Amino acid sequence: MSLNNILNHWSDYRKGAEEGGHHEYEHRWAMAINLDLCTGCNACSTACYAENNLAVVGKERFEKGQAMHWMRIERYWDQQELEHPEQGASFLPMMCQQCGAATCEPVCPVAATYHTPDGLNAQVYNRCIGSRYCSNNCPFRVRYFNFYSYYESAWPEPMEQQLNPDISVRDKGVMEKCTFCMQRIRSVKDTAFMEDRKVKDGEVVPACAQSCPTSAIVFGDTMDEDSMVNKLWKKHQVERGVYQKTKLAKKDADLRGYRIFEELNVDPSVMYLERVREDI
Amino acid sequence: MTMVTEKDINEQIAWAKINTDVLKSMENPRPAYWVTLAVCIAMVACAVVAEYIQYTVGMGTANLNNPHMWDMYIAAFVFWIGMSHSGTLLSAILHLIHADWRKPIYRFAEAMTTFSLMTAGIFPMIHLGRVWNLYWVLPYVSDRGIWPNFRSPLVWDAFAITTYLTASMLFLFVGMIPDLAICRDNTTGWRKKLYTILSLGWVGSDKQWRNFRKIYLLMACFLIPLAVSVHSIVSADFAMSIMPGWHITTFPPYFVAGALYSGCAAIITLFILLRYFFRFEDYMTLPIMEKTAKLTFAIAMVWTYLNLIEFASVWYGHDIYNKELLIAKATGAYAWIFWTMLFCGSVLPFALAFRKLRRHMPTMFVVSLFLNLGMFFERWMIVAPTLSMSQEPHQWDIMYGSIVEWAIVFGSFGWFGMLFLIFVKVFPSVSMYEVKEMVFHRKRSLGEEDLVRMTDHAKPATQTTGREGT
Repeated sequence: MSLNNILNHWSDYRKGAEEGGHHEYEHRWAMAINLDLCTGCNACSTACYAENNLAVVGKERFEKGQAMHWMRIERYWDQQELEHPEQGASFLPMMCQQCGAATCEPVCPVAATYHTPDGLNAQVYNRCIGSRYCSNNCPFRVRYFNFYSYYESAWPEPMEQQLNPDISVRDKGVMEKCTFCMQRIRSVKDTAFMEDRKVKDGEVVPACAQSCPTSAIVFGDTMDEDSMVNKLWKKHQVERGVYQKTKLAKKDADLRGYRIFEELNVDPSVMYLERVREDI
Repeated sequence: MTMVTEKDINEQIAWAKINTDVLKSMENPRPAYWVTLAVCIAMVACAVVAEYIQYTVGMGTANLNNPHMWDMYIAAFVFWIGMSHSGTLLSAILHLIHADWRKPIYRFAEAMTTFSLMTAGIFPMIHLGRVWNLYWVLPYVSDRGIWPNFRSPLVWDAFAITTYLTASMLFLFVGMIPDLAICRDNTTGWRKKLYTILSLGWVGSDKQWRNFRKIYLLMACFLIPLAVSVHSIVSADFAMSIMPGWHITTFPPYFVAGALYSGCAAIITLFILLRYFFRFEDYMTLPIMEKTAKLTFAIAMVWTYLNLIEFASVWYGHDIYNKELLIAKATGAYAWIFWTMLFCGSVLPFALAFRKLRRHMPTMFVVSLFLNLGMFFERWMIVAPTLSMSQEPHQWDIMYGSIVEWAIVFGSFGWFGMLFLIFVKVFPSVSMYEVKEMVFHRKRSLGEEDLVRMTDHAKPATQTTGREGT
């Protein structure tokens, strides 16, 4: 049976191996994050904790770097030599970039992380054996490992009542990461299927985008021509599979879009819009 | 030059004496043997406790964190895989090129290969988050049609290591059959039973010798490409990634050179230990020691050269991530490890260039240990700094292993030592039949004595029934 399976899908397999990142997509979920609007309030991160059953690890383990914030706000000081209020922080919300040519996928020995037809990097918790190679090969470092078991400790009674029933609680030894709120995508797709229509733009809202007070995060399907996110990507001339080498040379201040580590050719699905500075 | 070239071995040594000396080594080693064995077992016990904690509580007890998903476990894994290479070098490569000085020392080197592979194989298991699902890495036929990911270097590792382990175990065993027959003929009790089974009915007939020679040569030829490929594949764990400091084209030869290097240093260490434990002064002689040391020196220079190539290609490559990482390695928090590695790996081997030092056992013992310390640091410098300083600056971090991690890594040395020491006590650690061959050929090449007379002279001296056949 399994041999038949591999023989029947041999051509797909070859295609996938020869053209990196070849997939037949139904959707390509993507984001556009406007850093000019981001205030670094961490609401997205908090919402993510609540939505995705993320364990709060405690101060000691957080300082050791064992936290599991799928969505994290990276803070960089603009002028390090100055004192606190003047040094001016820049914020960068960082989550799994759902790369089109993801580096985490080929290195997993058991294929626990793979590409879905939705254009997402799915992580199959039940399949994961915890070799942690995917995290080592992720340039964004957005994969989080369950170094301990939080099943009992993180949600003492009656806290377990607030767990999201739509997704599992992971136990120790398993890798996890941002899923673009896959459970919400799933339920919207199911509804659309039942009503025999396509998914509408704005129907799927991940927890981070929903909770952002300045609406800095726009989520949608880039295969949907009329979607907000597609328009933003087009407007800022960010294209998949194209390395925007020339962008720095462009003097057009309106073209603020970029994807992080584009030069590594991993084809991230998140476009960031540069912050606009007063003094520039 | 008035220096007389010393003989690798005294060719006047009688065959019967070879038998008795080696058989005696399996009965009464010096007390230091038992002390070392006890220390090794204690180290294993510590590791078992540490692993129990890690298994029940979680991988976090090893201080692993988000950028440092791998640390000393993987460094130790690469280290032990590397150490296995010199056994193959001595037993297979030097066999093919007819370097007969290898004969008294290849047996324990081959045992070192097998046991360091067994040690290395443990690390990918204990570093797994869910070790109980380890078998998912293997391509077993499952009804659900789920296969391992054949694109992953970790799967290649699983294949490469199991193949190499099987082949080197068989090679060790096959090469031992004539010796096991000698043991069978000279022991009683449980040993007799064991050797009777293991010697597979060896009587030393012409036909058996002919088949034995063929299969031994065949396995030697099979093992050499395997040894090279296994460490190249281990290097692919790093080279196939996109991380700075890992994604380096020279990694396969660099790893193989480093492997031979640390293996040769380990051979010197074990050489000195066995020579002392089992009173093998007649077989593990100073000239053989010198030859091993010269080999180590040559490989050390290859390793140094490959290091310089790596630094130069990173420096002139102007890949910003790689270059910054190299600078951080040399000047950052891990700088002391980096410079200790370069000192132990590239400067210290020059001690092997001096004849006086090569012949001084205590010096060689200490030097060989430091060479391997340098090689352990090298492995660690490959694994950890890349994770400390990858592309994403927000996740830069300096981390040192916890007591649990250290205990397990130390315990691996105990585990290796325990297996090795038990092996050399139960099996002949000097190849009797090959030393006889060596003596025979050297004597013949001297042309001092008539060949027929010599063999006739040797035969009555054997205490055995002559069934050992050499």
